[in-house]
Amino acid sequence: MPAGTLYRGREGMWSWVAHRVTGVLIFFFLFVHVLDTALVRVSPQDYDNVVATYKNPVVNLLEYGLVAAILFHALNGLRVIAVDFWSKGPKYQRQMLWSVVGIWIVLMAGAFYPVLQHTLRTVFGS
Amino acid sequence: MSAETSTPSDAVELTSTSAGTYSPDNPAPVIEPPRARTSRSPKKVSRTNFEMWAWLFMRLSGIVLVVLVLGHLIIQLVLDGGVSKIGFAFVAGRWASPFWQLWDLGMLWLAMLHGANGLRTVINDYAERDTTRFWLKTLLYTATVFTVFLGTLVIFTFDPNIQ
Repeated sequence: MPAGTLYRGREGMWSWVAHRVTGVLIFFFLFVHVLDTALVRVSPQDYDNVVATYKNPVVNLLEYGLVAAILFHALNGLRVIAVDFWSKGPKYQRQMLWSVVGIWIVLMAGAFYPVLQHTLRTVFGS
Repeated sequence: MSAETSTPSDAVELTSTSAGTYSPDNPAPVIEPPRARTSRSPKKVSRTNFEMWAWLFMRLSGIVLVVLVLGHLIIQLVLDGGVSKIGFAFVAGRWASPFWQLWDLGMLWLAMLHGANGLRTVINDYAERDTTRFWLKTLLYTATVFTVFLGTLVIFTFDPNIQ
């Protein structure tokens, strides 16, 4: 059997996979998020009880993951728009992906303390 | 260059009907043009540009959502203690302003439609049987309509003095 019959694209294919996976995850969270926010129409106590879940350390870490998914989807989405509408987009798609990854790492490092400060204070704080 | 002298031992063996031997009596097999309509093509031909508008909507709503969602994340999860401050009082304070009501309403509609169209694409890609596609899309559209209307109702009927 000749080598390389299984298509394994490079940056282009993997960014497409990551865009799809993050998109589906964000969409499923959105359903949950609209439902939990709808509890403000039930009572302040019910809403605050559910929001307390978001302040649990494990769920707080999941929020950091949600930020990671949204940031990648947003930055890569802008790259997709550039590939589609900018005449040199297809030529520079790979460089743009690595720029996306670089900006994503910087933003994720910057978001680490602000997003997780609730957990850092309640679990590790004095 | 003849086949006998240059063919490696493991090469595909050519049959007697391969190129060069076709004639009016022995015509080459007909291969359908890639987009020719065959008996297996769907009966209905789309007369609208729905897929083009959906494609354009994903890009336009995407740009707007970058601003709306990243702003939302900064306000909810980054500023003023992150998630610590969120509660009924915080929501009431923000929805006292029509600006933030409109922000959240726009974010709700655009994100739900953007996500629903994305999932429609995923279903079209992976669900092969017609009945599977039908039920998955029915579930998707039902959940989307329900969630958009519930969210819209909550934003417009929010009562800070409830109970």
